[in-house]
Amino acid sequence: MRPLRLLLLLAVAVAAPAATRADAPFLVLASTTSTENSGLFAAILPRFRDKTGIAVRVVAVGTGQAIRMAMRGDADVLLVHDRASEERFVAEGYGIERFDLMWNDFAIVGPRSDPAAVAGGADAAAALTAIASRGAPFLSRGDDSGTHKAELRLWAAAGIDPVTVSVSTSGSWYRETGSGMGATLNTAAALGAYTLADRGTWLSFRNRRDLVVQVEGDPRLRNPYGVIAVDPERHPHVKAREADALVQWLLSAEGQAAIGAFRIDGRVLFHPAAQEDADSSR
Amino acid sequence: MSTSILPLELDDLGYTVRGNTILRGITVRLEAGLRTVVLGPNGAGKSVLLRLAHGLLAPSQGAVRWLGEGAAHARRRQTMVFEHSVLLRRSVAANVDYALRVHGVRRGRRRALVARGLARTGLADLAGRNARVLSAGEQQRLALARAWALEPEVLFLDEPTAALDPAAARAVESLIESIADAGSKIIMTTHDLGQARRMADEILFIHNGRLVEHAPAARFFAEPRSREAAAFLQGELSW
Amino acid sequence: MSELSQAFRAAFSLLVQRDPALLEIVTLSLQVSGMATVLASLVGLPLGGWVAVARFPGRRLAVVLLNALMGLPPVVVGLLVYLLLSRSGPAGTLGWLFTPQAMVIAQVVLITPIVAALTRQVVEDLWQEYAEQLRSLGVSAVRAIPTLLWDGRYSLSITLLAGFGRAIAEVGAVIIVGGNIAHVTRVMTTAIALETSRGDLALALGLGIVLLLLSLLVNAAAQLLSDVARRAEG
Repeated sequence: MRPLRLLLLLAVAVAAPAATRADAPFLVLASTTSTENSGLFAAILPRFRDKTGIAVRVVAVGTGQAIRMAMRGDADVLLVHDRASEERFVAEGYGIERFDLMWNDFAIVGPRSDPAAVAGGADAAAALTAIASRGAPFLSRGDDSGTHKAELRLWAAAGIDPVTVSVSTSGSWYRETGSGMGATLNTAAALGAYTLADRGTWLSFRNRRDLVVQVEGDPRLRNPYGVIAVDPERHPHVKAREADALVQWLLSAEGQAAIGAFRIDGRVLFHPAAQEDADSSR
Repeated sequence: MSTSILPLELDDLGYTVRGNTILRGITVRLEAGLRTVVLGPNGAGKSVLLRLAHGLLAPSQGAVRWLGEGAAHARRRQTMVFEHSVLLRRSVAANVDYALRVHGVRRGRRRALVARGLARTGLADLAGRNARVLSAGEQQRLALARAWALEPEVLFLDEPTAALDPAAARAVESLIESIADAGSKIIMTTHDLGQARRMADEILFIHNGRLVEHAPAARFFAEPRSREAAAFLQGELSW
Repeated sequence: MSELSQAFRAAFSLLVQRDPALLEIVTLSLQVSGMATVLASLVGLPLGGWVAVARFPGRRLAVVLLNALMGLPPVVVGLLVYLLLSRSGPAGTLGWLFTPQAMVIAQVVLITPIVAALTRQVVEDLWQEYAEQLRSLGVSAVRAIPTLLWDGRYSLSITLLAGFGRAIAEVGAVIIVGGNIAHVTRVMTTAIALETSRGDLALALGLGIVLLLLSLLVNAAAQLLSDVARRAEG
């Protein structure tokens, strides 16, 4: 009977520290899978911590979920990419102020065989029209994420309601994965389908198989990221000072330089936007 | 010492399960001191009678009454040893200790009581052994040691030697004698005539769910009054 | 096939290099699921024992319910615990969301029914055998529970391993309440989910192999201890 008691003690000894981890100053940043998966945060946030002693805990979900999380007061800072909902978030009093932080772009990726013959185009709406008219398989995130909302805006620009069209034509070529960018890319790679991907996830994605970028460069494919500190008047428990420090640092010359310096295979993933606003070059 | 819970009265006791009447109309009064053997062929209802008397089964009819002045404590003053006694998955000593603990004996007193209980049943050398690996005879002796440690006023035994070889059975019988001599009232069932002859002061002869004879052992074996008992003693009914 | 061999290579190099990041998430996985198993046992063992021996109206329904709860979807548990611990939820002031504590709570909710339901079955079988003997010794049904739990300890150790296995292998609940935060709430399964979403299937599968090895190790250790215990009892 001794060993059994020993086992119990052992279990408690192993388990106990998890509950008593000492907490250094930290804040919770609600952000999107696309930014987290790209590796951006892992690259730049240690500098912020070295400078301020504040650890940033990144919870990466879809933009819609991230916003709801922040609305419930479960995050201190919001960093997402859907301008309209960000502005609503601030207007409804959840956030203090929205700042342009950085941008990258979306691309329509698809199989090398290119059944809709859209390769090389720069008009996203036209490409979607071609995909719809050929009934080529297209995967939608379908998860209320920033990318999903951008995709829906592009369909609207093309004047197509893909769900209706897909049902009315023979095959159901338009499918919602209801998953994150990575999972959707994995599915697209397996099915040989087109999908809209953000550049950050795409460049850091390893399982491309036959997928290549087919359409890019359309101004409508621009993907702006904003950063907002949650308003302590709405949620008094939020770490307002730490949150402000993070927002200030991200917008500072140092933070912006760090974002611009982050590269994969020599390519810039996120273009700093705060400085750009200052000199209003675009 | 405290007052007695005996005598035990069974009043028109009956037991029916799913329409099958196992026992009916059992009325008898059992006094302190005598070793009572419930005798009868297999399937007569002996074990059910014992379980009703001990309170493990609820009668369908009639009542079990403890008539002594200490009747209020009847539950704690009786215990039972089964044909296949269940020993706990722990050491021999811990099995006896467990029973004492359940009966509220303080830790300080238990150690000595356990040692005495094992010594008088010849199990002292096996104290640290896992009870589940003992031989059948040793297991039954441990069951008796455990029951005896509680110093019950009434000890029920249901076919306590039926599963044992003759030598082990003898050892168990002699232990039961010792327990009786130490003051416990013995009420046991058996279908073994020889055992009944050796151990009984009085006989309850059960046949087909009825109490056929209640008699002093000597008289019962010398001149049974019922046809069934006579036939059983002739060896005609035993199986 | 080449992806499978890549996965094994990834698992092998993770193990050989004793990658500190891997060590960190393995440790956290063990801590969170170990703690959850201990807490779930504290509730599930007595609860299962009680349902096994107690006789009360609606007991059969309780047994069915308990068995059904073994199939609780982790995501649902995760959402419930999230809503509970969210700042806008009833236990929001604890500030436990996105911490290991939250993950422990979610896993406790997830595996307590497993521990309780399997315990109920083990104890009920044992009670069939023990009931008359224990009652004859003057043991009440409630007093019998610890006795039965102790006598069923070898079968029950499997119950706890089943609970632990479920806890350490699930991802749906911990990713919601833990947030998969690097160095804080990232465990084996959420790391696997992350690598999958990054399309690094070989690394994801490699981590899966490491998780499997871990599970194997824990079970082997438990088996060993159980054997030693049995032998010690003679």
